[in-house]
Amino acid sequence: MERVPILKIGEILFVSIQIDLQDDTVIRLQEDLADELGATGAHGVLIDITAVEIVDSFIGRMLTTIGSISRLFDAETVLVGMRPAVAITLTELGLSLGGVRTALNAEKGLELLNGKS
Amino acid sequence: MDELPIQSGDDVVRVRQFVRNAAADNGLSLVDQTKLVTAASELARNTLVHGRGGAARVETVKSANGRVGIKLYFTDEGPGIPDIGLALTDGWTTGTGLGLGLSGARRLVDEFELTSKPGAGTSVVVVKWSR
Repeated sequence: MERVPILKIGEILFVSIQIDLQDDTVIRLQEDLADELGATGAHGVLIDITAVEIVDSFIGRMLTTIGSISRLFDAETVLVGMRPAVAITLTELGLSLGGVRTALNAEKGLELLNGKS
Repeated sequence: MDELPIQSGDDVVRVRQFVRNAAADNGLSLVDQTKLVTAASELARNTLVHGRGGAARVETVKSANGRVGIKLYFTDEGPGIPDIGLALTDGWTTGTGLGLGLSGARRLVDEFELTSKPGAGTSVVVVKWSR
């Protein structure tokens, strides 16, 4: 099973998903992020899904769960870089990703997490 | 027609990649490719998790008016679905998900046929047409 790396940049944990996500990989990411949040006290999680070709109901639910877990650690999650085709498909699938903020790209996501907008 | 096993998470990823290539090669738009691959991901997961493994088949089909489509078959010999109507209801879940897998997959394709008998496995056949 592949793992998604988590980078700490200042007060923010940065995750860029560059692989084809398996269910196990997403569950592992969720656990790794919870550990990192607890260990670092980071106040934000930025998840870049520019390279993600599909978000199905399982991956979508895990992204929502990551948002909920982060909040318990007093951190906010911002999802950035969603492809237009993924956004259309997610909506048709019936997923709203409630509780997770989104931004167009990593730069705007960072501004959001740093309270500049 | 190509047949792919679904026995592990790796296999689910392989099915997604195979369906993506088939859809792209046959001229489906990027949005339609994404919808079909997402539906395939839901159905392959169902085959693995609820059907205890099975197989997917991928076929290129042509309609009477000359449109090209991708037809996918997902089959397992698992416990089957006792109440198909209920299983296709938004929000109905066996307890592990959101209950959007089957109903969501149906919305993402043009044709959807589910047959299942308790104890005799489940088969789902879907088609997405190029526009």
